[in-house]
Amino acid sequence: MKAKVHVMLKNGVLDPQGEAVRHALGTLGFDGVQGVRQGKVIELDLAEGTSEAQVTEMCEKLLANTVIESYRIELA
Amino acid sequence: MKAAVIVFPGSNCDRDMAVALKAAGADVSMVWHKDAALPEGVDLVALPGGFSFGDYLRCGAIAAQSPVCQAVVKHAERGGYVLGVCNGFQVLTETGLLPGALMRNAGLTFVCKSQSLRVETSQSAFTQNYNAGDVVNFPIAHHDGNYFADDATLAMLQDADRIALTYDDNPNGSRADIAGVLSDNRRVLGLMPHPERVVDAVHGSTEGQAMFRGLVGVMAGA
Repeated sequence: MKAKVHVMLKNGVLDPQGEAVRHALGTLGFDGVQGVRQGKVIELDLAEGTSEAQVTEMCEKLLANTVIESYRIELA
Repeated sequence: MKAAVIVFPGSNCDRDMAVALKAAGADVSMVWHKDAALPEGVDLVALPGGFSFGDYLRCGAIAAQSPVCQAVVKHAERGGYVLGVCNGFQVLTETGLLPGALMRNAGLTFVCKSQSLRVETSQSAFTQNYNAGDVVNFPIAHHDGNYFADDATLAMLQDADRIALTYDDNPNGSRADIAGVLSDNRRVLGLMPHPERVVDAVHGSTEGQAMFRGLVGVMAGA
């Protein structure tokens, strides 16, 4: 089984990289990009039967820093 | 006083740290990240600067899970002293020994220069040889030194006098200009600037010596 973990900076935490991307899009002539938030996607290849609770524990312990980041788990 | 300097793959300030501690009178051993225990009788653990594990995932995140870091956390919980500089500060926030997190610099560039800092408190072994309000210049060299903590944590740090150092002319976007913070028991310090790079006349400055001498002095007297 596979899981996808989406990690994003929490709302309210300034994302300087996202801001830089937004500026660059404006420079390229893409008008109307009002905000960009940059995150990461982590794909996990897991043994069958791995529970969502275990993936949650992986996120809490390592994959996300919950001081600044939120995460969302997608099981497939 | 016995000090241990932890070496991770990608550490690059470990030997500078050892030299600074030895010059202040400490008996220093180097400890590899795979060691599950610290040498017997260690008073101070120093987490050096560098790019542990290539800064993969997040700066300090992988190092914080290494076997030796579990021993460092236990050492701190027993009341042991820990100094984390630059990447070492990032490791300390990732282990949870210090609050907050270090994010990409607000200007997105790697900043490498001598930085004017204000000592905010002399109430710690690390800063006792300085006076609150002293201005010192330590080198900074980092890409992810933008200190973030939520409003409640910032207020708590301020109320408990746990902000050790602040930047003049904030170079990286850190909240409240924070360059270094102390733990609740004031025995764990994490800071982005490099005191170990200003401890010898050939460095051009010896303003960092007082930090190492203060630490060694406290433990030699204990």
